[in-house]
Amino acid sequence: MNIYALVKRTFDTEEKISVQNGQIAEDGAEFIINPYDEYAVEEAIRVRDEHGGEVTVLTIGSEEAEKQLRTALAMGADKAVLINTEDDLDELDEFGASTIIAEYLKDKDADLIIAGNVAIDGGSGQVGPRVAELLDINYVTTITELKIDGDKATVVRDVEGDSETIEAQMPLLVTAQQGLNDPRYPSLPGIMKAKKKPLEELELDDIDLDEDDVEVKVERVDVFLPPEKQAGRVLEGDLQDQVKELVQLLRNEAKVI
Amino acid sequence: MNFDLTDEQQMIRKTIREFADEVVAPGAIERDRTKEFPKDIFRQLGEMGMMGLPFDEKYGGAGADTVSFAIVTEELSRACASTGITYSAHISLGGAPLNLFGTEEQKEKYLVPICTGESLGAFGLTEPNAGSDAGGTQTAAKSEGDDFVISGNKVFITNASHAKHLALTAITGSADGKKEISAIIVPTDAEGFKVIDNYEKMGLNASNTTELVLENVRVPQENLLGKRGNGFRQFLVTLDGGRIGIGAMAVGIAQAAFDRSLQYAKERKQFGRAIADFQVNQFKLADMAMKIELARTMVYKAAWLKDQGRPFSKEAAMCKLYASEIAMEVADEAIQLHGGYGYMKEYEVERYMRDAKLLEIGEGTSEVQHMVIARHIGV
Ligand SMILES: Cc1cc2nc3c(=O)[nH]c(=O)nc-3n(C[C@H](O)[C@H](O)[C@H](O)COP(=O)(O)OP(=O)(O)OC[C@H]3O[C@@H](n4cnc5c(N)ncnc54)[C@H](O)[C@@H]3O)c2cc1C
Ligand SMILES: Cc1cc2nc3c(=O)[nH]c(=O)nc-3n(C[C@H](O)[C@H](O)[C@H](O)COP(=O)(O)OP(=O)(O)OC[C@H]3O[C@@H](n4cnc5c(N)ncnc54)[C@H](O)[C@@H]3O)c2cc1C
Repeated sequence: MNIYALVKRTFDTEEKISVQNGQIAEDGAEFIINPYDEYAVEEAIRVRDEHGGEVTVLTIGSEEAEKQLRTALAMGADKAVLINTEDDLDELDEFGASTIIAEYLKDKDADLIIAGNVAIDGGSGQVGPRVAELLDINYVTTITELKIDGDKATVVRDVEGDSETIEAQMPLLVTAQQGLNDPRYPSLPGIMKAKKKPLEELELDDIDLDEDDVEVKVERVDVFLPPEKQAGRVLEGDLQDQVKELVQLLRNEAKVI
Repeated sequence: MNFDLTDEQQMIRKTIREFADEVVAPGAIERDRTKEFPKDIFRQLGEMGMMGLPFDEKYGGAGADTVSFAIVTEELSRACASTGITYSAHISLGGAPLNLFGTEEQKEKYLVPICTGESLGAFGLTEPNAGSDAGGTQTAAKSEGDDFVISGNKVFITNASHAKHLALTAITGSADGKKEISAIIVPTDAEGFKVIDNYEKMGLNASNTTELVLENVRVPQENLLGKRGNGFRQFLVTLDGGRIGIGAMAVGIAQAAFDRSLQYAKERKQFGRAIADFQVNQFKLADMAMKIELARTMVYKAAWLKDQGRPFSKEAAMCKLYASEIAMEVADEAIQLHGGYGYMKEYEVERYMRDAKLLEIGEGTSEVQHMVIARHIGV
């Protein structure tokens, strides 16, 4: 089976993030594989181990993204592709990213493409479905289970806490939701071998795209951090009174009920 | 000159750091209390291929370097020093002598299960009457036909309860009126071999420290490790490598103590201010950070020299001596910064001090490190 996992390099939201001149400051930020994409890589490896084939991890980014690709190779992916847009593009939105990915994948005969449900930085959740639309193949988002039998996939998807089981025809694109699997730690032999695995680097030119083809359609108006969390308040007194007070506060002060 | 870690070393650090935070740290306080050996952690480290880290792929190892070994040992020790010492002893005392001095057959037979994690590695040197003066070994191995028949006692031996076999030192004869000490590989299930696990320790409670009793334990002479009569020289070489592990452990414990202290000092308010606002505490934290940085740099330097195939005994002794002493100082200061809470187990910093103390004793006391350094600087 020819399997692709789409991964994005993103900053670690569990580390401290600061904003400078309307941009996330990159010095001091920690960079990771988008966690949902980690589920995608893990699932791709598991599907390959069960059904055979090859896993290619694909990313769009700068030279820096090689680290995340090598991590995916260390986890067990077979090959990596970096579409380096550093010199060509200043900005990239969901439209652009999916255009590039679809353009690259259109003649690759992928049987299964696994993307993350969302990237924790932009949080749009659009790239996966857009790629599937452009390739004109089936897709199922936010999946928590995947079984493949021949050219049919049985997928469980998370629907706002409930679940839905869907059968779909391959080729198929799915996006990974938390709970799909528990991504492995890269093994030490995997880390030692990651550098020797093939990593292909391409530019827009190589996939016959022009800067104009991926001109951004989204305008970023502002970047700001969420307000600092205020200190909590501990209610005191009788349990009965505490409950009353809480309801009052939720209604009148927080205005959430 | 280049102080950057390689890509592999960086990836190893990131991986083991996550593993340490997610898997090793959560149970550390509980294991300190119950003295439960972290068996499952070592099963997982085995699956990750960490148990054979520096050894050749031919034997199931990963062929990584000593700097990587120091990184893994530091990160595990930062989360749980009992896990750290188990790992460090496994690699540098258990696996390393087999790798350095073993024949091809011995490596196939004894190093492979160490690399897979099927057996933990251990090394039996210290005896009731031979500690710093390890040449004072009394354990005797008599030649009988094709066999050695070994009798004697070893004390404070790490990991032996979880080892299928270990190398130990014994007197195999005398030459020119001098004792001839050799290293011999002994299976722990051999008849007459008892491993006793009942020490009550100050710290490193979840690590396995044992007493070995050998009564007429018979092993074939082919179990001789290295050259006959070279046991003393061989263990000196082994300990040089082990000291890098102890240094890395010390850096890990000190880093953990510092991390907790920094966070606590920023949160704890007295006299209407965070205690980190008082300059005296800022200076303490600055000193702690500086000592850790220096210790880690020395550990890396010793490891790097070893990786380059250069002499590193002096640097290994220096890193071990310095790192273990600053680990005690930093742990002590961490408790102080935590005030009364620091004295309570729940805050973890008191464990760091109990765990760190061993590092000034094991694999050569601080005094022995001074002796080694003094010899190397020509006094
Ligand atoms: C938890 C733990 C794990 C251990 N694991 C192992 C293991 O896996 N394998 C193993 O073989 N051993 C192991 N050891 C033993 C350890 O290496 C010895 O305890 C150590 O070498 C010190 O020996 P000793 O305890 O006999 O002390 P001694 O040698 O009796 O030392 C007592 C004191 O005298 C000082 N001293 C001794 N000689 C001199 C001198 N010439 N000049 C100045 N001062 C001197 C020492 O520095 C020390 O302060 C372990 C010990 C512990 C506590
Ligand atoms: C076993 C035990 C028994 C005890 N028994 C009693 C008892 O019987 N009765 C009782 O009342 N209390 C008792 N205590 C409490 C003890 O007196 C306090 O723990 C101690 O006074 C320190 O206070 P703290 O723990 O709140 O630390 P903190 O005051 O929070 O101190 C934390 C750190 O900040 C430093 N610091 C604080 N303020 C400043 C400053 N202005 N400038 C510079 N550094 C500063 C401290 O020196 C310390 O290093 C006991 C504590 C223990 C551990």
